[in-house]
Amino acid sequence: MRTPIAYFLLLSGTLFALGTMGVLIRKNALLIFMSVELQLNAVNLALVAFSRLNGNLDGQVLAFFSMVVAAAEVVVGLAIIVAVYRRSQSVDVDEARSLRW
Amino acid sequence: MVSTLAAELAPLTDVSGILPLLWLVPLLPLVAAAVNLFLGKRLGRFAGWLAVAAVAASFLIALLAVRQLMGFSGEERLYVLHLFDWIAVGSFNVGVTLRLDALSATMILVVTGIGLLIHIYAIGYMHGDPRYGRFFAYMNLFVFFMLMLVLGANFLILYLGWEGVGMCSYLLIGFWFEKTLNANAAKKAFVTTRIGDTAMLIGIAMIVMKFGTLNFDVVFGTANSVLSKGAATTIALLLFAGAVGKSAQMPLHVWLPDAMAGPTPVSALIHAATMVTAGVYLVLRAHVLFEVSGVALVVVTVVGLITMLYAATCALGQDDLKRVLAYSTISQLGYMFIAAGLRAYALALFMLVAHAFYKGLMFLAAGSVMHGMHEETDMKQMGGLIRRMPLTGVTFLVGAVSLAAVPPFSGFFAKDAILEVANQTGHQWVYVLGTVGAVISAAYMGRLVFLTLFGRPRSEAAERAHESPLVMTVPLVLLALGAFALGLLIQRTPEGSFTQWIEPLLGAVPKGPLGLPTTIFIAIATVVSVGALAATWVIYASGRVDWMALRVRLASLQRLFERGWYIDDAYATVLVAPGKAAAAILAFRFDAGFIDGVVNSVGGGTRRLASVGRKIQTGYVRTYALALFVGAVGILVYVGLRL
Amino acid sequence: MPLDNVIFWVFAPISVASAIAMLTRRNAVHAALFLIVNFFTIAVMYLLLDAPFLFAVQIIVYAGAIMVLFLFVIMLLGVDRTEASGERLFGMRTMAGVLVAAFILEIFFALRAGIGFATRAPGGFEAVNAPANTQALAKVLFSQYFFPFEVTSVLLIIAAIAAMVLANRRVRAVTQAELEAHQAAVADEGVPTEVLAP
Repeated sequence: MRTPIAYFLLLSGTLFALGTMGVLIRKNALLIFMSVELQLNAVNLALVAFSRLNGNLDGQVLAFFSMVVAAAEVVVGLAIIVAVYRRSQSVDVDEARSLRW
Repeated sequence: MVSTLAAELAPLTDVSGILPLLWLVPLLPLVAAAVNLFLGKRLGRFAGWLAVAAVAASFLIALLAVRQLMGFSGEERLYVLHLFDWIAVGSFNVGVTLRLDALSATMILVVTGIGLLIHIYAIGYMHGDPRYGRFFAYMNLFVFFMLMLVLGANFLILYLGWEGVGMCSYLLIGFWFEKTLNANAAKKAFVTTRIGDTAMLIGIAMIVMKFGTLNFDVVFGTANSVLSKGAATTIALLLFAGAVGKSAQMPLHVWLPDAMAGPTPVSALIHAATMVTAGVYLVLRAHVLFEVSGVALVVVTVVGLITMLYAATCALGQDDLKRVLAYSTISQLGYMFIAAGLRAYALALFMLVAHAFYKGLMFLAAGSVMHGMHEETDMKQMGGLIRRMPLTGVTFLVGAVSLAAVPPFSGFFAKDAILEVANQTGHQWVYVLGTVGAVISAAYMGRLVFLTLFGRPRSEAAERAHESPLVMTVPLVLLALGAFALGLLIQRTPEGSFTQWIEPLLGAVPKGPLGLPTTIFIAIATVVSVGALAATWVIYASGRVDWMALRVRLASLQRLFERGWYIDDAYATVLVAPGKAAAAILAFRFDAGFIDGVVNSVGGGTRRLASVGRKIQTGYVRTYALALFVGAVGILVYVGLRL
Repeated sequence: MPLDNVIFWVFAPISVASAIAMLTRRNAVHAALFLIVNFFTIAVMYLLLDAPFLFAVQIIVYAGAIMVLFLFVIMLLGVDRTEASGERLFGMRTMAGVLVAAFILEIFFALRAGIGFATRAPGGFEAVNAPANTQALAKVLFSQYFFPFEVTSVLLIIAAIAAMVLANRRVRAVTQAELEAHQAAVADEGVPTEVLAP
């Protein structure tokens, strides 16, 4: 493979930053959650890139585990979003601001 | 000449008999005070008899102890009883040690004996008071402290007693504290004596600095070698300042006339017989320091002289029965200090004892008069009481004549011995002024007696006056016997048996070749006293002189005397008012305003800070995420820059 | 031009573009679909990095399971629900933009200072991946990383149970009074703030 590893890592960093942007800007809870998934994927990409760089499979294993955990997390997170929606009929995170000064 | 005889006394050791039980003498009143404090309400009338029993037991033990002490020869009459160590720091040791020598023996007999009679009297006087038990608790507590004062073998125990009697005096003067007047009088007494006490404490501190110990034997034994004249003068004058406060000499005398607001037994015990004599006791005890200084003795005499004359004039102008006696006490104490200043310590002590008898008697009799007149104290309302209250009247008369120093009453042997010593040792100005004072003393006593006891009753209360119960009159009789006969019994001349009893401890009475022969001296003294009494008889009791008109004509003079030459008013303007103003500024502007303001502004500042700081909790999840991200980026930048 | 270079330079922009598109869509379903595109491109990246197993798993798990779940929930909660356009918090968009730009720049500089833009993937990876990536992974997974493997399986069970508990809705008969009150509330305020309680 001829592409320098650094480009993969730069791509990973860009995707991570864009995922953070999504967390900060979007108001829909589901869309925020999807941005978090984007962040996780970016990190997975970085892990695999480093694994390739270092010449062992540790990074790939870790990325694998990361995917599993992300799956579990999505399940629970979506269940929570549904439960909150049932209570307040809204998925706007800005609506939940009673814990303030 | 410095008296070093105190150091030559060797303390008795290995003594059996009653002397080792000396500690019971102060302890019994203390225990009775504690019982009365906690159980007084429940004991009811019994509280008074318990107090009397405690003092009586103390008196008995004291009597036996002194009798045992008298059995030893002059050089051996010193018993020291060490109870326990109190302070032991490095090389500085102070113990609770009692010391019985001729001086303290005399004092404890006076305190317990006359105290006993006054306690018995108080049972009748305070009958029906709602805080009966508390009264007797305070009285017993006072007796305890006074005994510790005179029995102490070092300056710390003396100071303990000193402060204790001050506190008890406060409690007892203000016993009827529901009336603001009484509470103020108590406060005034305490604060005024405090001034003296503070000076005394500084003096005691200096003693510690110079000697490294507070033990009487060590201090007085080595004073001559350790102290320079200047140091001795300073210490002696500081101690004397304490005496001035406690014994109501000028300029700290203003509390005693106002202290008459307290119950009469209190006035008799504390302000006639015992507490006010503590100052004299102190000077006698520490006479070595005064003698090393020399100047201090002169100061003592001068203060005593001025106070004596001043108070005598003031007594002449009072209308209130007890206030006459108060100023009289101040004046008589002046005589005692004159004697001490002339180094006639034994005579000062004898006058102390005689004064305890006749002044205590007069206060109790005055209380009896007030009792019969339904608490009236204005002499202008009295008159002719001797027919209605014969026992009270006669004993009152005995006391007055004794104070006026008419022979052969005890007051004569006391006062005139002092004047004789002054005369013979060349202090003629002391003799002359002392005689003038004696004339005025006889005059105010005569006025007192003749206005109250003789003439026509001037008010309805006087007409219907009645005699007091036995429990009050019996002590009067006993005290009157003492007031009459004490001089004849133990001190017929300045070198009588009493002087010889005291001599090994306090030194001989100075004698001199100068002055008048004794017979002429006695003649002059008798003439002036009797003459003054006769003059006042004519003015006040015989009916031939309209003393009311005379009083109106001399109104401004009378008011000058009555107001104590306006000294009290001067203090109020110069000292008290600025003090109160300063206190008000400190309390309200500085403490409440500034300090509280600082503290409150700390709280206020915290609140303001918090109200700004809490805006961080916006409630929006996204702002929290932003904060996280900002932190992450910040850390990255920091790490990146460092690398 | 080597093949992997070409593939990289084709799919990397697609990846970034689809991410940006996901961020800017109003419609939730559109955003989810763009995310799926992104996942595909990342899978291709895995392939380029000699991780064929992960390439497959990425597509199966992420695009196939997780995004399906997402789409279920989006549909459940109202597929035509669009997000309000205004930004309530002052300066949030600007701040976010600035920070993102700063972040990317930092990564750039860190890479330049670290491994550098010239380092290529070292050779000899075929030995690691012998006989094939899947078998090699299995060898590592079931020996060295056995404990985390078991723990994650427990984690999955827990997640499933949690989801069942959280989403469970106990059914009970709604009383006539509650029904009328609920209808009145709907009529008054439009959107009811409190659903009929379970």
